[in-house]
Amino acid sequence: MTYNEKPFSDSALAKRMLEKLYDSAQSAGRNFSFMEVCGTHTMAIAKSGIRAVLPENVRLLSGPGCPVCVTPPGVIDALLQAAALPGAVIAGFGDMLRVRGANGALEDCRLKGADVRVVYSPLDAVAIAEQNPRKTVIFAGVGFETTAPLSACAVKKAKALKLKNFYVYPAFKLVPPALRALLAPGGAAVDGFILPGHVSAVIGLEPYRFIPAEFRLPCVVAGFEPLDILHAVNRLVSMVSENKPALENEYSRAVKPEGNPQAVRLLREVFEPADARWRAIGVIPASGLVFRQEWEEFDAALSLSLSEPLSPEPQGCRCGEVITGKITPKQCPLFKTACTPSAPAGPCMVSSEGACAAWFHYGE
Amino acid sequence: MCLAVPGKVLSVKDSAAEVDFGGVARSVSLDMLSGVKPGDYVLVHAGFAVQVLSEDEALKTIQCFREIYEAAQLP
Repeated sequence: MTYNEKPFSDSALAKRMLEKLYDSAQSAGRNFSFMEVCGTHTMAIAKSGIRAVLPENVRLLSGPGCPVCVTPPGVIDALLQAAALPGAVIAGFGDMLRVRGANGALEDCRLKGADVRVVYSPLDAVAIAEQNPRKTVIFAGVGFETTAPLSACAVKKAKALKLKNFYVYPAFKLVPPALRALLAPGGAAVDGFILPGHVSAVIGLEPYRFIPAEFRLPCVVAGFEPLDILHAVNRLVSMVSENKPALENEYSRAVKPEGNPQAVRLLREVFEPADARWRAIGVIPASGLVFRQEWEEFDAALSLSLSEPLSPEPQGCRCGEVITGKITPKQCPLFKTACTPSAPAGPCMVSSEGACAAWFHYGE
Repeated sequence: MCLAVPGKVLSVKDSAAEVDFGGVARSVSLDMLSGVKPGDYVLVHAGFAVQVLSEDEALKTIQCFREIYEAAQLP
């Protein structure tokens, strides 16, 4: 068998898709705003230049789907407390190191001698704990439904190895509750969603049914190649124009309707939903994950008495409005002036999938 | 962060697979996806296979795109 993503960037077919889009957007005679929820989509859209070739009346807005961007600054401050503990090793994904809390970034405390390591997988953090029994290893548990089951698996591995020096700081977030919060009165004015491909590969389609059912908005689960995105936009325009909102799955090569039940079981075995704070959005009911009681010994916050302060957002930073589709990055006065990838003010410029970084690197 | 990369399974041993990413082989955990066989293509996120990629579905999707967009009579 050969699996190939290449046909999904075929330029002749992309041109036909754009022609169709121009035709239907023009005959609709109205404006369309769609939100790409996932940060990986934001990056794919920027990199392929799709935003620049869309009809004038079709806008794509970034959403709250970049884990680093939605993590509140207080989490960084809690991890900084952890880094200061004797023998502590903080392990996390690269982007987390440069995000600032009220007391600086993990990168700064690494320069001052703290042991902060970038890992590729939560299993790497378990290996560090196994190899360094005198150290206390804290994994920065940031991510969505794609990443959380991996951390559950890492915790189970640590338990099987009888490790007493491995912890996870749980700051995981769940996508569907955030979409519900966005659709609350006063929230984002969107006409439909491009839904995340890889979160959906794990959770399946069912958790999104409420979007067309309760809010009468169309949504399409999409892959990350140009044709995936152009087709999704075409479908959204058609569904809005025909007033037939539905949930569609365009990424069936990776997303099964039931998702990955094995991963979901793992996640539910170790974690349970809880209210969680999102950067600049505030607390969203049942939108995060905490350890179940029987796994609490692995909870860094609980076991190491870390407190998560209500740290302020960086001054002048408008990341909160960017990730809720209220403004585009260039409407932020700091964009490209006081906030650049080499000296980022806010998380959307730090993260490799943040909207501000995407707009900076690939143009507006 | 939800970035996931396709790779081809070379071999399977216990709950891990050796996966080829265009010439670079790496061990990938199968704790989240059992029943994977050599020759399968898997979607890998942070060292874990999260889903098997379906060639059939990929071909069907492209075929469906062609039917919708190439057949359409556009101005």
